[in-house]
Amino acid sequence: METFIQQIINGLVLGSMYALVALGYTMVYGIINLINFAHGEVLMVGALVSWTTVSALAGSGLPGWLLMLISLVAAIVVCAALNFTIEKIAYRPLRNAPRLAPLITAMGMSLLLQTLAMIIWKPTIKSYPILLPSEPYTVFGAVINTVQILILVITAATLAGLMYLVNFTKLGRAMRATAENPRVAGLMGVRPDMVISATFVIGAALAAIAGVMWAANYGSASHTMGFLPGLKAFTAAVFGGIGNLAGAMVGGVLLGLIEALGAGYIGALTGGILGSHYQDIFAFIVLILVLTLRPSGLLGERVADRA
Amino acid sequence: MKTNRLALYLIAALALLLLPVFAQQFGNAWVRILDIALLYVLLALGLNIVVGYAGLLDLGYVAFYAVGAYIGGLLASGHLTETFPAIAAAFPNGLHAPIWVVIPLGAAVAGMAGVLLGAPTLRLRGDYLAIVTLGFGEIIRVFLNNLDHPVNITNGPKGIGPIDAMKFFGYDFGQRHTLLGVDIPPVNNYYYLFLILVVFSIVICYRLERSRIGRAWMAIREDEIAAKAMGINTRNMKLLAFGMGATFGGVAGVMFATYQSFITPEAFSLPESVMIVAMVVLGGIGHLPGVIVGALLLAALPEVLRYIAGPLQSMTDGRLDASILRQLLVALAMIGIMLARPRGLWPSPEHGKAAPAPAAPAAAAPPVAR
Repeated sequence: METFIQQIINGLVLGSMYALVALGYTMVYGIINLINFAHGEVLMVGALVSWTTVSALAGSGLPGWLLMLISLVAAIVVCAALNFTIEKIAYRPLRNAPRLAPLITAMGMSLLLQTLAMIIWKPTIKSYPILLPSEPYTVFGAVINTVQILILVITAATLAGLMYLVNFTKLGRAMRATAENPRVAGLMGVRPDMVISATFVIGAALAAIAGVMWAANYGSASHTMGFLPGLKAFTAAVFGGIGNLAGAMVGGVLLGLIEALGAGYIGALTGGILGSHYQDIFAFIVLILVLTLRPSGLLGERVADRA
Repeated sequence: MKTNRLALYLIAALALLLLPVFAQQFGNAWVRILDIALLYVLLALGLNIVVGYAGLLDLGYVAFYAVGAYIGGLLASGHLTETFPAIAAAFPNGLHAPIWVVIPLGAAVAGMAGVLLGAPTLRLRGDYLAIVTLGFGEIIRVFLNNLDHPVNITNGPKGIGPIDAMKFFGYDFGQRHTLLGVDIPPVNNYYYLFLILVVFSIVICYRLERSRIGRAWMAIREDEIAAKAMGINTRNMKLLAFGMGATFGGVAGVMFATYQSFITPEAFSLPESVMIVAMVVLGGIGHLPGVIVGALLLAALPEVLRYIAGPLQSMTDGRLDASILRQLLVALAMIGIMLARPRGLWPSPEHGKAAPAPAAPAAAAPPVAR
């Protein structure tokens, strides 16, 4: 039973981070129908920027939580600027090109960011310092530490804020209108270019938060850390129904739970034949199953393929 | 005109035949570069079927390469007999399967993997395919890395080796031969083998491109719904493209395994996949000469960079070595080419080739003559 509760906690923490990244994918996809392959790398840049900030300020005697906050703000600013630039330089000129072109550009952008990160931060794995008290609390026999609680709280707060932004503000309405039909939205006085830029900036901010949390939770950061979370967050977005914000959240949390429970029990279920290093495979199996059985995702509507 | 062209082909063929002998003068390393470049051409040609003709972005192509390589590695090395007593009992001299078993099996298994992978994504937009194949490539690597316990199948991160050299009718590619007074070391053997394979593949691709199948693929690439309306069975055609592309990858994998005689999962990582996509994209998607040039350029790039990268490395405090520089250039090239020349450096003259025009006399003949 303790294992079960522990894996539920782990799954929720993991799932929250997936949800944050998945939102970035789903918002961009909802508006310009592009899988932004570089999104996972934005998470990586966020984590590394935060690591640099924390290392630079390590001797200043500031308390851990303040350091974390400063580095989080720095990561959000850098990532937002980065994603804004990427969209402007690499994706905007290709908006009406055949759809293979922006995909390949996105792939190249992902490789470029990874390589640049490798050049700037060197290809070593950095250990992320422990900034918050790490004594775990015991809940029903399972343990949870401050960072994990913080991840759950911050994710919930961010999601609430995003829901408010999308559903109740002028920008949110413009985003929904652009997603529906950019040309008609343009006729109604919305500037699609501005809305798309805003979408990329918001997505980058969410990814930066996820990146800092990821590094703080696992205690390490490196130039390759963005790939797998990116892939899985995309899976989560598809799982929930791509283009659907609530779907991305539900998909992210569910995927986190599936992975954690799967990794926790696969050893016992298969009599020790398969171990927890097969954790990464669950996301892929989920992706294949969803695409085969319900391509529109859990909460997605059936949309005609525009081919 | 006709004889000129024939002469040109003959000269090119002669140059290609003599190239390794010439490169040999500067050391075996140069012939090895040629060998690897030819292998990449083979891979790029295979991926071109999927990405170039059918317009399906496959980002896990290296998985099929890995499948082929591991089939070759398992069947043509002592690994299986060492770990499984049952197999050792059946093959007391070790399981050194002949090439006539290994190559078809590698091709078939890789082809099947391609079809299986393509199936769930058929009804969806092409971008889902990109991500599914990306995931598949990673998963294959996870399996290769972890299938060393509880049953040791792939030997995990330690890799499999030594793998038998290629053998055709008693001609051992791993040995030095003297033919008609010409000395042929192993690297040259493989050069000729790969050259034959590449030429064979080019012929296959060329014929495919002009066949009913190739035209169906290109119709799907241009507009899937219109292609369907024209009576093309898009499902079967897409699966065929996957299968064909993966088969090429599988054969290249078997070649790689016997050539290197040692394989590890790390040789089949994501950057390798991206590199092959970059070759196809850089040269000219769907255009054979372009794809070949792209593959040769990118395969030779690291060797050229090795000379530039030395001083650069000391200047930048070890941050820029040849492989990082190559990755940087590949990434920039992928973005730059898409932005500036979306059809590649050497695109096909007519995009989305139509059916060949009817033979000249028939077209010129006046209606009355019929």
